[in-house]
Amino acid sequence: MSYIQSMSGGDNAFEQKLITIIKAEFPEEKKVYYNNLEAKNYKLTAENVHKLKHKISILGLEKSYETAVAFENNLLEGSTTLQDEFESILRIMTNYLQQL
Amino acid sequence: MNCIIIDDEATARAIIGQLCSNVDSLVVLEEFPNAMQAIKYLNQNEIDLIFLDIHMPDFTGFDFIETLKNPPKIILTTSDPNFAIQAFEYDCIVDYLVKPITPERFKKAIQKAEATPSKSSKSSASASEKVESTSGNDLYVNIDRRLIKIDIPSIYLVEAKGDYIHVKTEDKNYTVHSTLKKIADKLPNDLFLKVHRSYIINVDKIIDIEDNSVLIKKDVIPVSRSNRPELMKRLNLL
Repeated sequence: MSYIQSMSGGDNAFEQKLITIIKAEFPEEKKVYYNNLEAKNYKLTAENVHKLKHKISILGLEKSYETAVAFENNLLEGSTTLQDEFESILRIMTNYLQQL
Repeated sequence: MNCIIIDDEATARAIIGQLCSNVDSLVVLEEFPNAMQAIKYLNQNEIDLIFLDIHMPDFTGFDFIETLKNPPKIILTTSDPNFAIQAFEYDCIVDYLVKPITPERFKKAIQKAEATPSKSSKSSASASEKVESTSGNDLYVNIDRRLIKIDIPSIYLVEAKGDYIHVKTEDKNYTVHSTLKKIADKLPNDLFLKVHRSYIINVDKIIDIEDNSVLIKKDVIPVSRSNRPELMKRLNLL
């Protein structure tokens, strides 16, 4: 949340607006990710991870961001080595966003 | 500056929109989730600045730039720092912001955009001398029809890039529609030296020299073989 607060400049209305947008957009991005992964379309899955990376960084999950970067590279090479770690990040994000 | 935002991620568009709202000189006219819609809009509207995401499905930011005949100033926004080198190939790209974008970094990018001449001033003023004149220790440059004074000794590097030169000083960088030769004529020979066809350096600001390059501030500048003897002559070698 510190990133959202730093860039809102104390504008609570904007903070709420941004959280609402993230809450609406995140499940869609997650769904597309799982669909592409299931179809073994790793290039598209890498693009989905790329987009999700931004939300990971906005929520301040720095270590998770590194995992997402590595997983994106994995996928571009046709590997899913870090899939479990990445999906555990998605679960953490889901739970966190539900509490906001 | 009138601007538009192109990003397929709604979260990113909201963040950039908020950052723009904190800058008085910026007016966001439209936001687009894809490049195709933006192309249609640009065919009918004049824009000063585009915030452009690189990673978009079907049509990347670079694909989009290639479609524009006279691209306005562009600030790239991306989560991927690996495209910075490719970005330098486009004169219209004034900065490259890696997400998440901080307010401080955003302000710097806007300052760069404001210091970069717009397309319209480039074409309308093409016959005029852009490096105007010197007066003692000062050099006046024409940026967006304003004459801006630069303290000559504070200049540490001048880089030629296409039809423009980047003048780097201790405090600020300037992009001027001019040539390296024109500014060379205005700079004192005892302080400045052309070390490469694209670079003039302030000899006093050299930090070190290694093989065929010099380090000035944080910039590593190539030294061409033909210019190296003159550079070595200028140094107070032990």
